[in-house]
Amino acid sequence: MTYSQFGHMIPEMIILGIFILVFLFDTFSNENGKKILTPFTTILFGLGTIAIWVIPASGETVFGGMYINDSATNAIKAILNVGVFIVLLQAAKWLNDGEAVVRKGEFYELLLVTVFGMYLMVSARHFLLFIIGLESASLPLAALVAFNKKRYESNEAAIKYIMTAVFSSAVLLVGLSFVYAFSGGSLYFNDLAITISQGEMSGLLLVALAFMIAGIGFKLSLVPFHLWTADVYQGAPTAVTSFLSVVSKGAAAFAFFVIFTQCFGAVYSDAWEWMMYGVIILTITIGNLFAIRQKNMKRFMAFSSISQAGYIMLGVMAGETLGLSALMFYVFVYVVSNLGAFLVINTIEEQTGYLSMDDYNGLHKTNPWLSFAMTLAMFSLAGIPPFAGFFSKILIFTSVTSTNSWALYMLVLVALINTIISLYYYLLVVKAMWISSDQPKVGAIKTFRCEKVGLWLCVAGIVFFGLVPYIYQYCYDAVVNSVRILEVIVP
Amino acid sequence: MDLSMLWYLVPSVLMFVCGIYGFMTRKNLIAILISLELMLNSADLNFVIFNRYLYPGSMEGMVFTLFAIALAAAETAVAIAIIINIYRAVGNTDINEVKQMRF
Repeated sequence: MTYSQFGHMIPEMIILGIFILVFLFDTFSNENGKKILTPFTTILFGLGTIAIWVIPASGETVFGGMYINDSATNAIKAILNVGVFIVLLQAAKWLNDGEAVVRKGEFYELLLVTVFGMYLMVSARHFLLFIIGLESASLPLAALVAFNKKRYESNEAAIKYIMTAVFSSAVLLVGLSFVYAFSGGSLYFNDLAITISQGEMSGLLLVALAFMIAGIGFKLSLVPFHLWTADVYQGAPTAVTSFLSVVSKGAAAFAFFVIFTQCFGAVYSDAWEWMMYGVIILTITIGNLFAIRQKNMKRFMAFSSISQAGYIMLGVMAGETLGLSALMFYVFVYVVSNLGAFLVINTIEEQTGYLSMDDYNGLHKTNPWLSFAMTLAMFSLAGIPPFAGFFSKILIFTSVTSTNSWALYMLVLVALINTIISLYYYLLVVKAMWISSDQPKVGAIKTFRCEKVGLWLCVAGIVFFGLVPYIYQYCYDAVVNSVRILEVIVP
Repeated sequence: MDLSMLWYLVPSVLMFVCGIYGFMTRKNLIAILISLELMLNSADLNFVIFNRYLYPGSMEGMVFTLFAIALAAAETAVAIAIIINIYRAVGNTDINEVKQMRF
């Protein structure tokens, strides 16, 4: 092995470099230096994000094919990086006053390690690297959820998160060990696909598939593996909640797509597609129905994100290039819409402590701009034209119906009906802010510079992503140009 | 005596089922963590068995097990740290004390 191989892992090396710089800065700077830790990290990470967008992927495999830096993996990393950047902007205020101020370096370090793990998970071409990425993505997240250690809710959320995370990875590992029994001794995605497609359909492998869907479904919070979601989202610090709901979900969805399309696409696609069929219908419907009765905004967003995860999984049902590019575009739009909503929730919670939906009554009288941003985010999440959410939903529905299967048409019909249900509860928030005649509970709020930048980024994304065709074209080209991520190459 | 693969697989599956049972029924956080470890170890055992009996020429399952053990150790460390936090907050490690957030 030569060390020049690391040169092909450009996004990982960028994140690792930022991590080391932030770590050294945090360790060796004095009290005055620590004051500029937040701008230091945010600007460095912004530059890293631009670098990942600009530097083209080499298309090389590293470590004997365990890792690939392809244009599709590069694109999803760039998309997730935008999400992490907005989360950093959102966390700036919270980290710099209050009790978190002495630990803000740890926050950045844990966040960067998590992002690093997600990158490995996205780029993995071997199950060992995938598991390592998955674990190094979810363990620091547990520490982040417990970050407000003086607050009881944070601890309760963390214990629920770590227990379900370990449970799910144990289930995933057992499923994987049964897959290993059929793999011919190699756990490379490509080798596995070849070996499996030569053998016959086996009952044990079906069980293994169900275990793997359950294991990754926990990370994606698909129903019926979603029970941790609402509690963890409610108890975690709001910046961590938005990270959990957007970035970790996007990375897991991409990895899920690659594993199931490439490894089990040939022989077992009938089996796991029917499993996913049921899971998606349950996820979208139950997520929506439970969201209706939530009063706490963070729990509300938790159930809304469960149902959005169901829509993201529709891309997996479509498969192929169209499905993957629609999934990536959906994740990108979801990043800006969901983070826009969380930025408003975070701003109001930071300054007033109000989190209930009733506290948003008449918000437009005191905070017209915050209400405006929240309204756009809700419209986009619900899929009202001409905002970005409408186009991402259209693209993912067309990718599913392009397969011309009767069952998938029914699936899209269920998803459409659920879109209408979701309109109801998203508009509840809008109604509370604009139509409710109550006296506003929340006084005029001064948004800070970082939050303003984040809100403008999100609003610009919500308005322009659907109207500018470049974004979808970027996703589509990235997927088309990366052959090795989906197709099985027989040597 | 010649032992076939089944003699090793049955204990592994038993360990997994015991782990799930313990995860569902135990009331102490530490006991739940032990159950989780049982499940992880059963997965490790599976990997070693399949490697030894099905693919004796390669080492992939063994290497996977080594990494899985390290990951399990890291998971335990984080979980124990959080349990200590819980203990400081509520005074014991009973699962009934950590159910304020519901529905």
